[in-house]
Amino acid sequence: MAFKQKHLLGIQSLTPSEINTILSTAESFLEISTREVKKVPILRGKTIINLFFEPSTRTRSSFELAAKRLSADIVNFNLTGSSVVKGESLKDTILNLEAMNPDALIIRHSCAGAPNFISTFCRSHVINAGDGSHEHPTQALLDAFTIKQEKKKIEGLKIVIVGDILHSRVARSNIFLLKKLGAKTILVGPPPLLPVEFKNFGVEIDYDFDQAIAGADVIMMLRIQLERQKNIYFPSIREYRNLYSLTKKRYKNAKKNAIIMHPGPINRGVELSTDLADSAESVILKQVENGIAVRMAVLYLLLGGKERETAD
Amino acid sequence: MDSRKIRRAIHRMTTEIIERNRNLKNVVIVGIRTRGIYLGKRISKLIREMEKVDVPVGVLDITLYRDDFSKIEAQHMVRKTEINFSVAKKDILLVDDVLFTGRTIRAAMDSLIDLGRPNTIQLLVLIDRGHRELPIRADYVGKFLPTSKRELVQVKLKEIDNSDEVLITEPVRLI
Repeated sequence: MAFKQKHLLGIQSLTPSEINTILSTAESFLEISTREVKKVPILRGKTIINLFFEPSTRTRSSFELAAKRLSADIVNFNLTGSSVVKGESLKDTILNLEAMNPDALIIRHSCAGAPNFISTFCRSHVINAGDGSHEHPTQALLDAFTIKQEKKKIEGLKIVIVGDILHSRVARSNIFLLKKLGAKTILVGPPPLLPVEFKNFGVEIDYDFDQAIAGADVIMMLRIQLERQKNIYFPSIREYRNLYSLTKKRYKNAKKNAIIMHPGPINRGVELSTDLADSAESVILKQVENGIAVRMAVLYLLLGGKERETAD
Repeated sequence: MDSRKIRRAIHRMTTEIIERNRNLKNVVIVGIRTRGIYLGKRISKLIREMEKVDVPVGVLDITLYRDDFSKIEAQHMVRKTEINFSVAKKDILLVDDVLFTGRTIRAAMDSLIDLGRPNTIQLLVLIDRGHRELPIRADYVGKFLPTSKRELVQVKLKEIDNSDEVLITEPVRLI
C-alpha cells in the first residue's frame, strides 16, 4: 500500500493501486475538515509553494486549505506579481524558488508538460495543478472520490463526459483514471471538440447526447470555454445548448439517481440547466468539499515518511 | 498471558473504572487503533452488564500526531478517526494494548485535546512493559511485564487475531 511516487504529474503514470491508496487516505482526512479545530500537525515545518502561472481561485485555495489543515506553511506565487513578466525563464524562476528550500511546488501552467519539465531538475516534490490541455490529476482524483462516495464503486459504472473534450485537461485525467479503475466511459460533444483519436484512449465516443445518456450512472459536464469561441468550434451557443446541454428532459433518460458532476465554474443555462445544477442529484459542491480531503491525501503521501532520493 | 488471564485482567480493570468514576454517564472510551478499539469495546460491554450504563466507544488514529514521522522508513497509512461524540467536559478513558515509550499516548492526548477540552483523561493498558521515554503512567494496568528493550511484546485479540494471548518474542536477526 505504500506510495512511492516523488511527484504527482498526472494520472497516466499512476497504477490503480496507487490511485486507490490516495482515495482511501482521503477518506481518513475527510473528517478533519468537520472538526472544531480543523488542523493536524503532521506536515509541521514543511514549506509548500503554490505556483500559478494561470488564473485559478478554486484549485489554488483548495490546495492552500489542504496544506494549512496539515500544518504546512504555504506561500502563494502568482504570475502577475512576479518576475515572469520581466522575462525570466521558467527554469530560472524555479531555480530561484528552490533556493528558498521549499518541500513541494504546486504548479499550474498554460503549457502542457510544464510540471514534467520542472520535475527533471527540481529537488522538491512537484504537484501538477493543471497544465495546458494535458492533465489535472487532483481534479480527476476528487471526481473519482465523489463517485465512489455516491455509488460505492467505480468499476462497471457507465460514465458520460460531455462538452469541450478537446481542450479539457479534466477530461483527459478522468479518461485515464476511469479506464484504470474499470469504468465504462463515453465521451460526448460536437465533432470539432471531440476528435475521433480519443478512441485510442480506450473509451467510446458519441456525438448524440440523447443516445449516450441512456442508462448512465454518472454525467460529468464540462464547462464550455466561451473565451475560446472566437475559433468557432460550433455555430452558436444556442445550437450547442440544443444538442449538448443537460436539461431535465435529457436527464430522465439516465439511470435512476444518476449523479451530475461539474468541475466548475458553471455556465448556468449553457451546459447545465439551473434547476439541475441545484438539484439533489447534483454533487458539484460535494466535489469542492472532497477536493480538500483529496489534496490533503496527496500532500501527505508525497511529503510524508522518509525523505526520498532526488530523482536522477 | 493466556485468554483466562486476559479476561480476568479486563474484568478487574473494569471494576476499578467503576469504582473510581462515580459519574459513569460522563465516561467515554477512546480506543487507539488497532487493538485498543477491541479492548475498549470489551470494557464497554462489561460496564453495561455490571452497571447498566452505556459507555460509547470511539476510535483514534494517531498517525497524524506521531513525533517520528519524518524518521520512519515508509509512511504509515492514515486511517479514520471515528469519534462520533463530543469529548468536551467528558472523562475520557484512553485504551491501548501495550504501554512502552509513552510516545503513542502523548500523540493520542494531543489529538484528543484538539477535538475538545475533556474533563479528565485516564489511561488503561493491558500490558505495561516499562522503558518510558516520557513522563506518562497508566491509571489501570492489566499486567506489568518487565522486558528488555530488544524484545517484542505482541498482544493478540480474538476479534482480529483469532486468539487471546500475549507473547514476548525475540526479534528475528537479519543477517
